[in-house]
Amino acid sequence: MIFDSQTPLNVSIAATAASLVLVLVVFELIRSRRLRERYALLWLLTGLVLVVLSAWRGGLNTIAAWLGVRGYPPAVLFAVGLLFVILVLLHYSTVISRLSDQNVVLAQRLALLEAKIRDD
Amino acid sequence: MSAETLRRIAIVPAYNEERNIGRVVAELKEHDPGLDVVVVSDGSYDRTGDVAREAGAKVLELPFNLGIGGAVQTGFRYAWENGYDLAVRCDGDGQHIPAELPKVIAPVVAGDADIAIGSRFVANGGYKSSATRRVGIRLLALVVSAIARQRVTDATSGFQALNRRALELFAADYPHDYPEVEGMVMTIKHRLRLTEVPVEMREREHGRSSITALRSIYYMVKVLTALFVGLFRRSIVPIEDA
Repeated sequence: MIFDSQTPLNVSIAATAASLVLVLVVFELIRSRRLRERYALLWLLTGLVLVVLSAWRGGLNTIAAWLGVRGYPPAVLFAVGLLFVILVLLHYSTVISRLSDQNVVLAQRLALLEAKIRDD
Repeated sequence: MSAETLRRIAIVPAYNEERNIGRVVAELKEHDPGLDVVVVSDGSYDRTGDVAREAGAKVLELPFNLGIGGAVQTGFRYAWENGYDLAVRCDGDGQHIPAELPKVIAPVVAGDADIAIGSRFVANGGYKSSATRRVGIRLLALVVSAIARQRVTDATSGFQALNRRALELFAADYPHDYPEVEGMVMTIKHRLRLTEVPVEMREREHGRSSITALRSIYYMVKVLTALFVGLFRRSIVPIEDA
């Protein structure tokens, strides 16, 4: 007979604390203008989702059961965390691509303008 | 229309080519005194810019190395913004022979093509290269021919002539990594008329062309991937209906 396993309380507390720290750090970075909101949204979302899943043990257990994770529900936390890390990285790749495209245009414009100045 | 009445420019991308660039510019000028030459020094740290200027070229100096696509596009932007009717692209290493220019520009001047590409392989010219490289170029040509539904023999040639229509497109959007191959596919996508012309090319005289067998294979894999993805990419410049 298979019982749905439960999330241990201490795991839940530790994970909640860690997620809260993440949210607070992100918030502080935005507040001190070291992180722009548009890049921070995904991080905030990551932190909040992890806080909710860590603190709400019943929810984590239920989701783990849905997903067929029988042995150890907190494994879902890892999966969700990993998923968000991948999303954030992908987001950064798009940001870097856009920046390098813009960088190319700037370099080209600079070369054209310098040549123009030299003529005058 | 004859070529002499057109405002024409040669675009020469160069990266640390101080030993070749002077002669390339001089030869172009000598061949056609009415041809303006713009050298795009792609973040060179030698005297490429000065040598080109002394030889009578206009020089665009990029602040850092953008790679061949970004450099050539700078030239296209210059040509487009300054109202040139005809642009020729030639390499700064002396591979492309100015005496072959009339052949490359002829179809564009005649209005038969928007872009004409000098090919090493249409006729059996004197161009020699390594076996792997040949197979690679052959394979690319086959792939591009299939995509273009038009026979292409040399998809990697940088010896090209363009009219204003083609300039407009490439000034706005030009592939950065493998511009010759991807550019051909773009040309087709945008329904520009493309034609190939047989030309002879020289081996480079100074410096190294660092393409080894392993690199050729790596290059092929990258180009084919870029081509494949490129087929599905959204165009920056809207595609006009023919």
